[in-house]
Amino acid sequence: MHPFALSRADNLGTAIAAHSQDPDLAFIAGGTDLIGLMKDHATFPERLLDINHLPGLARIEARADGGMRIGALARMSDVAADMEVRLRFPVIAESLLFAASGQLRNMASIGGNIMQRTRCAYFRDETDGRCNKRSPGAGCAALHGLNRNHAIFGWSESCVATNPSDLAVALAAMDAIVIVRGQAGERRIWFKDFHRLPGSTPERDNILDRGDLIVAVEVPANTEARASHYLKVRDRASYEFALVSAAAAVATEDRRIRSARLAMGGVAHKPWRLTAAESALRGISLDDIDGLRSAIAVSFLDARPLAHNAFKIELAQRAALRALQTAGARI
Amino acid sequence: MSEAYNQRRGKTASDMPPIETVTINVIVNGKPERLTVEPRMTLLDALREELALTGTKKGCDRGECGACTVHIEGRRVLSCMTLAAMQDKRRVTTIEGLVQDARLHRLQEAFIEHDGFQCGFCTSGQIMSGVALIEEARAGWPSAATEDLRSPFDIGDLSEAEIRERMSGNLCRCACYPNIVDAVAEAAARR
Repeated sequence: MHPFALSRADNLGTAIAAHSQDPDLAFIAGGTDLIGLMKDHATFPERLLDINHLPGLARIEARADGGMRIGALARMSDVAADMEVRLRFPVIAESLLFAASGQLRNMASIGGNIMQRTRCAYFRDETDGRCNKRSPGAGCAALHGLNRNHAIFGWSESCVATNPSDLAVALAAMDAIVIVRGQAGERRIWFKDFHRLPGSTPERDNILDRGDLIVAVEVPANTEARASHYLKVRDRASYEFALVSAAAAVATEDRRIRSARLAMGGVAHKPWRLTAAESALRGISLDDIDGLRSAIAVSFLDARPLAHNAFKIELAQRAALRALQTAGARI
Repeated sequence: MSEAYNQRRGKTASDMPPIETVTINVIVNGKPERLTVEPRMTLLDALREELALTGTKKGCDRGECGACTVHIEGRRVLSCMTLAAMQDKRRVTTIEGLVQDARLHRLQEAFIEHDGFQCGFCTSGQIMSGVALIEEARAGWPSAATEDLRSPFDIGDLSEAEIRERMSGNLCRCACYPNIVDAVAEAAARR
């Protein structure tokens, strides 16, 4: 790694001020992504500010209204083991348990998890390959390179990378809110608005600015969450990023879907919510497999595969269907 | 690396910032240690290079293989993805610290009994991971292999599938996996 300075933040306001004034400063919490990025020469902060000792940011609160508030410094393993998370939002617990390894889950924070950067091999290439995320304007080697793992929705000529977070897919399905503290105070960001599509500025993964720090994620109660499931499809059975993944939740009346939530990972630069499919699923019986399949297909009409990932279109629809069925079995 | 760094930052070697050091106090295997390190030194390098605790192995150095697994405050972590300078006042346990009263830990004994290794390079990490896994299971933590998340995990349900899933962050190129699973299962069953 390149040389850098390290200091410890004891106060939220000072930490935010330091970050807003210093373009070469980065926050570090679990470090499981940032240290890898530095080892891969994908980022070169000159100063790291250790935020692990900021008070009160690691709490996991079960709220009386059925929702949860998860502090940004809570560790993945603690959130996955939390009984209230497991009962209220199984899809969140599962998305965490299917991610990384036991060691990494003990280290990685919730705020850092949704900030993690793409696993695109060209972005991570330490020989400094052509990548607009690493070096804006350098071009995208993946666009006409090996792009089996890349996006089928929402990509641009500048970037075809996918977001690797499993948790983010579950939070997108649950309409979570990211609580951010910045120079101008606190603001609440709907999860669907948190991550960006690449457009012509793929170096920006999300809408945060300098001086912004995630302090918590709020998950409001919803009627579908108890019957929810996270399905991850990957090349290895464990300890691997998703080819595609699906977060599903459903509420029914006499087996007919009253409302459904579906979000997918591994298909876009951000968690991809299947809103058209969610509407089309209303009224369909969980036993009508062909009906469910057709409703899900509505969200794939605008899929745009690359040279090596057309298989994801079929795989993603099957994953969405299976996730929905498994969620439905939990009613 | 420093070439890429200099190019990226538009700097030459002469105007790189001076290298700072940080002094930390850590308890390693029960012993207080005072270390002065560069902030970029990983806990793995500090253990091996500064404290000569070479039982902890450097495999991939990218958080992918698990060979560098140690415990911080009793929890298993990857020392290659941890900065030493961030561990001030923490308790670290390495493979060298598992022996108590000149007796091997029961999982170390089980690895020998079940032939849980060939070349041995991943073994320290496997054992450190396995020791913590048993505690996690005892604490009721579920895994991706757990059928029902709605009740606390019961260590009696620590099946082969559970152990394989919970050990998936530790790779073994000799593929001793069946014997590693047997060793962990036996140590979990023994108290």
